[in-house]
Amino acid sequence: MQFVMPNLVPVMPEIALTVLTLCILMADLFIKRKETIALMSVISVGVVAYLLVGSLGTTFNGMYVSDGYSTFFKLIFIVNVILTVLISVKYIEVEKVNFGEYYILILFATLGMMLMASAGDLIILYLGLELMALSTYVLAGFIRYDTKSNEAAMKYFLLGAFASAFLLYGTSMIYGLTGTTDIKAISAYIVQHGLASNPVLTLSMILFGVAFSFKIAAVPFHMWTPDAYEGAPTSITAFMSVGPKAAGFAVLGRVFMVAFGSVKVEWAAFLVPIAILTMALGNIVALSQTNIKRMLAYSSIAHAGYMLLGIIAGTTDGMASVLNYMLIYGFMNMGAFAVVIMLRSEGFKGDNISDYQGLSKTHPVAAALMLVFMFSLTGIPPTAGFMGKFYIFMSAINAGYAWLVIVAVIFSAISAYFYLRIVMYMYMKEPKETVQLSTSPGLGLALAITAAAVLLIGILPSVVVNSAKIAVVGF
Amino acid sequence: MEQAMTNSVGFPILSTLIFLPVAGAALLLLIDRGKEELIKWVSLGVSIITFLVSLLLFTNFDKTTHLMQFTEKRAWIPAWNVNYSLGLDGISVLFVLLSTLITILCVLISWNSVKTRFKEFFISLLVLEGAMIGVFCALDFMLFYIFWEAMLIPMYLLIGVWGGPNRIYAAVKFFLYTLVGSVLMLVGIIVLYFYAGRTFDILELMTKPYPIHMQLLLFWAFFAAFAVKVPMFPVHTWLPDAHTEAPTAGSVVLAAVLIKMGAYGFLRFSMPILPEATKAMTPVMIGLSVIAIIYGGVICLAQTDLKRLIAYSSVSHMGFVTLGIFALNTQGMEGGILQMINHGIVTGALFLSVGAIYDRTHTRQIADYGGVASVMPVYATMFMVFTFAAIGLPATNGFVGEFLIILGGFAASQLAGVLSATGIIIGAGYMLWLYQRVFFMEINPKMSGLSDIDAREIMALLPMVILIFWIGIYPDTFLGYMHASVGHLLERVNTGSGQAVATARDVMEILK
Repeated sequence: MQFVMPNLVPVMPEIALTVLTLCILMADLFIKRKETIALMSVISVGVVAYLLVGSLGTTFNGMYVSDGYSTFFKLIFIVNVILTVLISVKYIEVEKVNFGEYYILILFATLGMMLMASAGDLIILYLGLELMALSTYVLAGFIRYDTKSNEAAMKYFLLGAFASAFLLYGTSMIYGLTGTTDIKAISAYIVQHGLASNPVLTLSMILFGVAFSFKIAAVPFHMWTPDAYEGAPTSITAFMSVGPKAAGFAVLGRVFMVAFGSVKVEWAAFLVPIAILTMALGNIVALSQTNIKRMLAYSSIAHAGYMLLGIIAGTTDGMASVLNYMLIYGFMNMGAFAVVIMLRSEGFKGDNISDYQGLSKTHPVAAALMLVFMFSLTGIPPTAGFMGKFYIFMSAINAGYAWLVIVAVIFSAISAYFYLRIVMYMYMKEPKETVQLSTSPGLGLALAITAAAVLLIGILPSVVVNSAKIAVVGF
Repeated sequence: MEQAMTNSVGFPILSTLIFLPVAGAALLLLIDRGKEELIKWVSLGVSIITFLVSLLLFTNFDKTTHLMQFTEKRAWIPAWNVNYSLGLDGISVLFVLLSTLITILCVLISWNSVKTRFKEFFISLLVLEGAMIGVFCALDFMLFYIFWEAMLIPMYLLIGVWGGPNRIYAAVKFFLYTLVGSVLMLVGIIVLYFYAGRTFDILELMTKPYPIHMQLLLFWAFFAAFAVKVPMFPVHTWLPDAHTEAPTAGSVVLAAVLIKMGAYGFLRFSMPILPEATKAMTPVMIGLSVIAIIYGGVICLAQTDLKRLIAYSSVSHMGFVTLGIFALNTQGMEGGILQMINHGIVTGALFLSVGAIYDRTHTRQIADYGGVASVMPVYATMFMVFTFAAIGLPATNGFVGEFLIILGGFAASQLAGVLSATGIIIGAGYMLWLYQRVFFMEINPKMSGLSDIDAREIMALLPMVILIFWIGIYPDTFLGYMHASVGHLLERVNTGSGQAVATARDVMEILK
């Protein structure tokens, strides 16, 4: 029997990332300066980005798909890693957890996300999801001496384990029903055998929905989010709020749009209430938060709700709008967290909203940047946040969900209250005490990148919108 | 059908007008915050240059056509068919001039009254100016929406940072009210976009027929945004708070320009795009306008705070404006547009005046004043002119505007005409009573020793006095700009959608 070497080109970025990460893991034993590890991590994702360009294709009998869709998501993950590393360098020193494993875990989590984005098979999907989740659990509890961080990791782990179980349960049901775990084959089987109203199919779709809702932090499966976001190291909160959420949307889109594409009506029926609840709870509970990390946690729940609208639309335009939004959300949320991190210094936590009082007087540049991110998260032009929301709303209206968009814009207007509250504290109140900013070149660079991206995409969104449109062609 | 004319000035004047103040704001960013004088002079310089450039619009405008002038068009977001498309017609041109003029006065009046964070203040003011001009020039619905929303940011900061004691409440209320209205309009815009075949081009949207039930839904979606901005009864409650708490420059911009955008929105979007719905909803709109006129006026009588009184008088005056434009006849509509300019001038002037005296006394309570006329005679004279213009005495601009509106109102509905005329009487009541309490009677001891207004303040107020008499005595200078565009708009509204307009125009051609 002859062994046929599978085509490794589509999976080359992941192979490279694995090898490089293992090398860094080894190098960590000998390198004392952890900044070097940070630099090496950035370089390795740079290599991955370079390899991504020529990686299009399908391999391992369709188990692994590298297409425009996965590539766009992988770019989001890479941006996410770079920004996370940049904001971490100084921060983990301040938190006294300056270990090389920190960066290595981030890279492994990202590897998991990349597997998820490219999964053409539910087994690969599960593998990727577990790799991502396990690495992130550890990262959430990275400040070992801090009980809150431990609590965050514990909670995230327990609830995440449930989510994984749901995913496996759904997968086994689908396998029982269709005899395959290949996403394309499932789709074909459902169409051929007219399974549209089969209760087992509906049940497994619900189970998938539950599992993915955990990952994207959609209500009512969001319970872990506020505690995990508050307790985890702030840089990891930033990382979690973008990466795993994007990966969750990647698999949500892939499974629901491809595998269950023919029974859209069925899953839209339960995603619609989830989307409404997510927007409602996220935005309303955020109103009463006093801790900025918790507030941003609820805000990230709300943003998952907006993005669900793009999935519910169920069109390629809808998917493109989700990709577009995810990238924009990554920039603006990372930017906001970068400012939050800047306020953390030795002996000062700086994560209360009242700590922002009078910031525009003491640190005008930091305040101005935060103002940009807050308006962008609200979705006020000319920031990128507006363009993101606009595209989502447009595709949902085109798919006939105008009423749902009205609900979304109302909650979006409500969200203005808590985002503006930060602006209000910074600009309209007098400073209480002098807040020391812990700046570093990395943090400065991250802020410059995110602010520039938020404003540039806000004024000239064409490049991103067109890329997102191209990415979903043939999806 | 040729919808737009080319640019007669030779350079992209509208983009210049929008981005000159923004560039000025960027320049201010670079100036060290210690150099207060330099910041003020740069702001003044930028606002004066912008005004001078905008005068080219006044002189080069072709009054004989309803077509868009000074147009610019560039693809902006091709994926969504969004264009960077600008242009002016007889309805919008005067508002651009008003915006550029008012900004100069705002810079002048803020010279000494802004005590902290000059840099941020003038940056906000200039960015606001750019966005305001953008709103009036945009010919692409998406572009319009972006300017419309972007304006909220500097205005929110102006009220919230430099405002009165209750400024945070007022700023948040202002922001949320307008945002809720705007986002509903956004949904309407997107629905319209898909129905009309994926276009945001306003001129193209105007030519398409839409089913009546859709027109009605869209009308109310647009109403949510525009009525809040006007503000029409019953969504006016943000206005007294915002106007009262804002710093003088903020109140002036709000009163003179921002609230005109609501009525402008009705004229530019609701009416030509949704003509059948506009006709169907006219009774409701006229009803709300009359309520605003009388209710706003009566409330003024009970006010004890100077700025709050003028703020509520805006509700009443804007009631006149919406009455005029929804009368859907030439007199009413031209009166309405003229009255918007008038209200911008007069209320702007009143807020400037109140700001000038507030800088001296630091009180807004009417009861704290009295006998100011004998202490500050020049100021009192000017204030009297503004009072008379606000009441609408002949020879002032208020008379021309209100007269035309009431004429139009009578033609549309006898009852509305009669009721709105009583609004003028109430107006005379509260304004004269205000003048009496502040300027006459016993000299309040707190008022003795006040210095009269200085040259800088006179410079800020004098253009208003001139304009009040100019429009009052020879309104045709300004009405002349509107005839063609208003005629065209009424034709569109009164004869229904695209097809009907085309037929009517053919008939006109044959008759000629």
